[in-house]
Amino acid sequence: MRPLFVVALPALLVAAWWFASDDSTAVYWPPLRTILRTFPDVWTGERLRTDVLPSVLRLLAGYVSAAVAGVALGTVIGSYRRVRAFCEPVLEFLRAVPPPVLVPVIMLFAGIGDTMKIVVIASGCLWPVLLNTVEGVRAVDSVMAETARSYGVTGAARLRHVVLRAASPQIFAGLRQALSIGIILMVISEMFAASNGLGFTIVQFQRGFAIPDMWTGILVLGLLGLLLSVLFQLVERRVLGWYHGLRDSSRRAP
Amino acid sequence: MRGANAALGTAGLAVFLALGEVAPRLGLVKEAYFPPTSRIADALGQEATDGAFWTALGDTLTGWALGLVAAVVGGVVVGLVLSVVPYLRDATASTIEFLRPIPSVALIPLAVLLYGTELRSVLLLVVYASFWQVLVQVLYGVRDVDPVAEETARSYGLGAWARTRHVLWPTALPYVMTGVRLAAAVALILAVTAELVIGAPGLGARIAVAQSSQAVPDLYALVVVTGLLGLLINLGARAVERRALAWHQSVRGEVAV
Repeated sequence: MRPLFVVALPALLVAAWWFASDDSTAVYWPPLRTILRTFPDVWTGERLRTDVLPSVLRLLAGYVSAAVAGVALGTVIGSYRRVRAFCEPVLEFLRAVPPPVLVPVIMLFAGIGDTMKIVVIASGCLWPVLLNTVEGVRAVDSVMAETARSYGVTGAARLRHVVLRAASPQIFAGLRQALSIGIILMVISEMFAASNGLGFTIVQFQRGFAIPDMWTGILVLGLLGLLLSVLFQLVERRVLGWYHGLRDSSRRAP
Repeated sequence: MRGANAALGTAGLAVFLALGEVAPRLGLVKEAYFPPTSRIADALGQEATDGAFWTALGDTLTGWALGLVAAVVGGVVVGLVLSVVPYLRDATASTIEFLRPIPSVALIPLAVLLYGTELRSVLLLVVYASFWQVLVQVLYGVRDVDPVAEETARSYGLGAWARTRHVLWPTALPYVMTGVRLAAAVALILAVTAELVIGAPGLGARIAVAQSSQAVPDLYALVVVTGLLGLLINLGARAVERRALAWHQSVRGEVAV
């Protein structure tokens, strides 16, 4: 029964798209048949190396540096009440700035190269990770913290086994938000000033009125988003396995 | 305690602004890239006297508000229908999981082709992006309904509509409100992005103009405006949430402390 549910509606929708657009002559809505036929021509071989790979690498570089910086800074800010009170208004303001408007600002001093794109991605991804880490670290269970202290767990061990562990569900919530912001910023930074990358190529197709090619680009972005979110879920399930298990068991035994 | 925190926060803000003033003046960062705070404030003042700035602000807010309303109404209606009608939730789960991670900016080329720089292209992106925030929250919220309350309502003979109104909706409301808060922030991001990239009139388009004409202090001033706008929207959404949930445990608890 379950697998049927999973595939039924998507299959129906794709079929509907296929037949509804089959004899479409509207310029902007090419038949799905044409789009799918164009797909392998556009997205195999050379373009995979020259456009998809650089985009993904930039995204990874920006995301990972934001994650590291966010968790590190967040742990410091979250651990000291005074530091937190001192930084909070500034952080709230910086977070409220819509990340895409940073693209023109960062272009000023980082030029239009890869550095600019990585900085843009990192600066957008930083805030959800940072603020969630602050919240997570702040909310570490006081009984747990006291127990660890009385057993003499201090320093790096305390940080690793008590603080970060306890904050990890929150940190992952931040990382998940950061992922979708990262993809958005990757595409936008490439739409602005680039000579390769997914965003750049798709805009080129649109400006050249290569409509089926443009549609395949949209599909690629969709697939990339989906793939990354599935990967994220797998990692999260592994890392937070203990937490989900704990929650399930506490739910079952009220 | 609360007063001390506020004082520390104000001090933090002051240090941040002072750093922004002193660092470029001392040559620690290039003044051409990081104008001192006072020059940004100056540019901000000039923007405020410019009618075109207020028109742009109005355009951005229009796109944001229309898109947000459409996304919230759509998300709530679709979410309730999916949860109330048997099997529909299971049948749509995979499709929702598939569509949700598609980055909204992928639709930019399509929006440009279809609507050019009209308001409608902004709305397409805003609605697509914020719809999912609301929908997913509604689905989670409905799943949280207490089975005992549901069964009780059923055994008292409440119809489907009355059960939705008196059992389902109050349970889901806190989740819905969180969804609205998230959607409000996302809608602003997408509205400004659409203006910036597509060139639809609004603050984003003004930022693009400031950038291409090398008006650096104005660029920063406009970025500050979008940040303040984001801040106001967050605060407003929180206020609305508190009002709508005044009866709810989480809010009542907050007030008591």
